[in-house]
Amino acid sequence: MALPRSFKRALWVFHVATGSCNGCDIEIVAALTPRYDAERFGIMLTGTPRHADVLLITGPVTKPMLPRLKRIYEQTPDPKAVIVVGGCGSTSGVFYESYNVVGPIDEVIPVDVYVPGCPSRPEAIIDGVVKAVAKLETLEKSGVGG
Amino acid sequence: MSGTLLNAVWQGIVILVGGTLLGMIYKGLDRKLAAQMQGRIGPPIRQPFFDVIKLMVKENVVPDHAVGWLYNLMPLLSLASVATLLFYLPLGGFQPLLGGFGDLILILYLLAVPSIAMVLGGFAAGSPLATVGAQREMVMMMAYEFPLAITFLSLGWTLSTFMPGAHVFSLSVLAANPLWGMVGPLGVIGLILLFAALMIVTPAELAKIPFDIPEAETEIAGGILAEYSGRNMAMFYLADAIKMVVMGSLTVALFFPYGLSGLVGLSGAWGSVIDVAFYLVKVFVVIFFAVIVVRVAFARIKIGQAARLFWLPITGISLLGMLLLTLDRFV
Repeated sequence: MALPRSFKRALWVFHVATGSCNGCDIEIVAALTPRYDAERFGIMLTGTPRHADVLLITGPVTKPMLPRLKRIYEQTPDPKAVIVVGGCGSTSGVFYESYNVVGPIDEVIPVDVYVPGCPSRPEAIIDGVVKAVAKLETLEKSGVGG
Repeated sequence: MSGTLLNAVWQGIVILVGGTLLGMIYKGLDRKLAAQMQGRIGPPIRQPFFDVIKLMVKENVVPDHAVGWLYNLMPLLSLASVATLLFYLPLGGFQPLLGGFGDLILILYLLAVPSIAMVLGGFAAGSPLATVGAQREMVMMMAYEFPLAITFLSLGWTLSTFMPGAHVFSLSVLAANPLWGMVGPLGVIGLILLFAALMIVTPAELAKIPFDIPEAETEIAGGILAEYSGRNMAMFYLADAIKMVVMGSLTVALFFPYGLSGLVGLSGAWGSVIDVAFYLVKVFVVIFFAVIVVRVAFARIKIGQAARLFWLPITGISLLGMLLLTLDRFV
């Protein structure tokens, strides 16, 4: 089933921090402040993964966060998109091969969009959210996702 | 007879569709204006339609710990009871469709049903956050029902002293005889106090900031709604939108039932058009001051503070209003 146009205009995001330094998290919060006003695109921050369409994940996955990250991914109703914000989540960044880190987020759950940066800019985060939906649609068309 | 029935069914469909669309547009205006007040651009006014369509597409998750049938039934009950309320209210200056079958007392009970449905849905979800939210919603109901009931009863009783024998709790009778012109100066003060109590009860009834304690997104993750997703969530969303129209129409019918058609000197179809337009503006003004301004200006209060606020000052205000109306009639 193709996604309706409304889907793109009403994205509710849920923010997961898997042991990040709080830098990317502050940038996510900045993207939601009146200055960047993500709500004009219908983007809203939700308090629970059950309401979320997009997961914004920051940080290198620390070992205690591993089962929780998987659980949050499973709790999010389909169709959903996963966005990794920041260098740590994309590549492990400065925590590369660290003893207490599982690895980049795409080794734990499927990732749709990577937003690089240390930390990422709020504009890049909003752009990433919009790109995630475009990716979700192409996956649906080719019959891979869903 | 079948012609009348068919007519009633058509009117019912128009009221349901119109009420839903109106609720969604008011919800969109609410978000747009709140954004403008905060110095943001804000979402388009048709944003609630996007939200509902999106929610209908999403997967409808029933958690493992949930009581399935109760969990799925409650959004339906909430939407159905709010939609039923539309039939008992004088919308746009017309007589209520089912006005002969229920009055203000029935409306008081029907207003409680969506909240009870949310409480049961919250408990059925089997999540600690939803349970906390459901308990808070119960406290909220106990807190705001009393001033609301006093307001309704005072209005009905005052009208009964002017019109003995009339069905004073019928909304069409209440709307046809606004009390402002009948009572003396003391009574006018009493009416103002009752109106103030109703305006403060309205955001609590709609679970908006500062009384969105049972839902508290940032604190208990959506509370009652924490586990709801997809179609069930969309039904709660629609019920919330329609309830905004219901509370606005109720306030308008009880306190400002005036039409413009008589003043402008129009009758017939054009008179109805003007009255409906004026009614929409009145409902918007009520929602603007009772919900939008309040939710931008205040932060969420604690459940204990809310209970104390409704039990002491607001109940006091409404009782004082009742007392002044009584004094006005008998002294």
